[in-house]
Amino acid sequence: MNHPLYQLILARVREFTREPEAMFWTYGFPLAMAIALGIAFRERPVERVSVDVAQESAEIAMHLREIKSLKVEVHPSQECLERLRTGKTDVVVNETNNGYTFHYDQAKPTSVLARNAVNDALQRYAGRADPKVATDVILKEPGGRYIDFLVPGLLGMSLMGGGMWGVGFVTVDMRIRKLLKRFLATPMKRSHFLIAVMVSRMLFMVPEVLLLLIFARLVFGVVIYGNLLALVALILLGALMFSGIGLLMATRAQTLETISGLMNLFMLPMWITSGIFFSVDRFPDAVQPYLRILPLTPLIDAIRSVMLEGATLSSLGWELGSMLIWSVVSFAVALKFFRWG
Amino acid sequence: MTPAIRCVDLHKTYPGKPPVEAVRGLNLEVQQGECFGLLGPNGAGKTTSMEIIEGLLPATRGELEVLGKRWGTDDHEIRQRMGISLQETKLSEKLSVIETITLFRSFYRRGIDPQAAMRQVELEPKEKARIKSLSGGQKQRLAVACALVGDPDLLCLDEPTTGLDPQSRRQLWEIISALRHRGKTILLTTHYMEEAERLCDRVAIVDQGKVIALGSPNQLIAGLGGEHIIEFSLEGEPFDPAHLSNLPTVTHVGTDNGQFNLSVGEPHKALPALLARLAESQRNLSKLAIRHASLDDVFVKLAGRHLEETSEGTPKS
Repeated sequence: MNHPLYQLILARVREFTREPEAMFWTYGFPLAMAIALGIAFRERPVERVSVDVAQESAEIAMHLREIKSLKVEVHPSQECLERLRTGKTDVVVNETNNGYTFHYDQAKPTSVLARNAVNDALQRYAGRADPKVATDVILKEPGGRYIDFLVPGLLGMSLMGGGMWGVGFVTVDMRIRKLLKRFLATPMKRSHFLIAVMVSRMLFMVPEVLLLLIFARLVFGVVIYGNLLALVALILLGALMFSGIGLLMATRAQTLETISGLMNLFMLPMWITSGIFFSVDRFPDAVQPYLRILPLTPLIDAIRSVMLEGATLSSLGWELGSMLIWSVVSFAVALKFFRWG
Repeated sequence: MTPAIRCVDLHKTYPGKPPVEAVRGLNLEVQQGECFGLLGPNGAGKTTSMEIIEGLLPATRGELEVLGKRWGTDDHEIRQRMGISLQETKLSEKLSVIETITLFRSFYRRGIDPQAAMRQVELEPKEKARIKSLSGGQKQRLAVACALVGDPDLLCLDEPTTGLDPQSRRQLWEIISALRHRGKTILLTTHYMEEAERLCDRVAIVDQGKVIALGSPNQLIAGLGGEHIIEFSLEGEPFDPAHLSNLPTVTHVGTDNGQFNLSVGEPHKALPALLARLAESQRNLSKLAIRHASLDDVFVKLAGRHLEETSEGTPKS
């Protein structure tokens, strides 16, 4: 219990959990994003259009009621027209000697839709045969919706922000407070300190990831198609990589302004270009190779492949490779040039 | 017995244009069990010297042994046996007093119980208080507890009472005195002469990166030639104090902003003579005081200015 590593990790955990702002930015912010964007791009239920049938043609109402997308009411014809005028119904239909008469508003899309749907239904009932078979496949499988695309992006963004703030910013803050120097004047092993910062970051990440995934599952029905262990491995590697990059940013910085500036300079392009909110494929081909080597792009691509397509780790060689290189290089450089005093 | 600290001709030059020579040939020997003070004005090179001794800064050149060992080869061993407090450390505000001391305890192979360290600095009532809520004096005592908890053979305290109110300062003095009486070797820096006089067995007065005087506070004061100072000012025209030096037991005559300071061995002989001399020349006193000589007088004699200068350049006390 009195091992320095344990005490250092404990100190970090205490500092973090006693800081409400840090808790919000780590845990609340990704959730808030998921809620806001999930609602903005949610699917709407199929809209029903309403049809009024004039009382003297009441028998056609029976046929129309068989069509699910129609809401059928029967009223005296004068009242039907009044309801159309006041927007209470989309179309009014009555039977004439040789066909049907439609009253509707041409400027109103639902009105036009309703007129065509009712016409189709009545013509078919009257014996019209369509020369070709039309088959409708409607996109509503989980995995293909925007929210399914978004959650892996938010996961990657959260891992990036957490590593930057939780390692980079925190370390520079300790340097400014001369706490690093004070630690250096004790027999504390430097490696213990750095391991403690990393391990505590990994600990803070667990609820961060779970919260987002469980929330997405419960509220938006986002499911994980791929192997859960593969996803865990990717998340760990991603968190490790961004902890390393956070440490790299913090290597020399002497003020909070410097580290904030560095981190934003590094993160801002990736927020836009690494496929958090929309696919990297939308950028011109010429810049694609550059976007692919940014550290966030392979992480999000890989998480997306595993979550949505059920990809295996072995098919993600390029992504895993570039993440490993980012991790190793940033740690190596950070440790070599790290400034304690 | 190996000295706790031995440094010979220590230099530290910060590169720059022009280079800053912060320490210019420091020679010191601190014996085990003594409380040794580096006394000097701000910017004298005290903190730089301290950080070199603490192994936090490399010396540009010179020889240094701490507890009989050298930085560069026995770092870990020295750190195990040394406790320090930096001039300014902001410990984690979210941690409590006891959590912080326990953290520092974990770094040392052997040491004292964190509770005991907390008792020694009289912070028991604040055991569970967050550091954020502590006063300046309490934070400083916590810093001392963190230095103590490894049960060090050498304790280095850099300006332990700077910026504290008089009451907190006195409380810290008592804590440091208690440590000294328990036989701890202590090196401290200060620019308060009273602190050095009260706490230190020996004092090195440092100015511009060099030791300009070394000895016990009493020896240094005795070196002035008189243990008392008669301070006086006169009404009217300027006055040449040179012919006062032949008054009985007067060893030194100084002026300071129109005030005259006589170092005297026996004030009961010097004072009547002074008054008689002034009456002869028909001069009236506007101020007269007798006080014990202090280390500040030693510094003034050697460096020509006061230890504690405020930014306006006037003496603080």
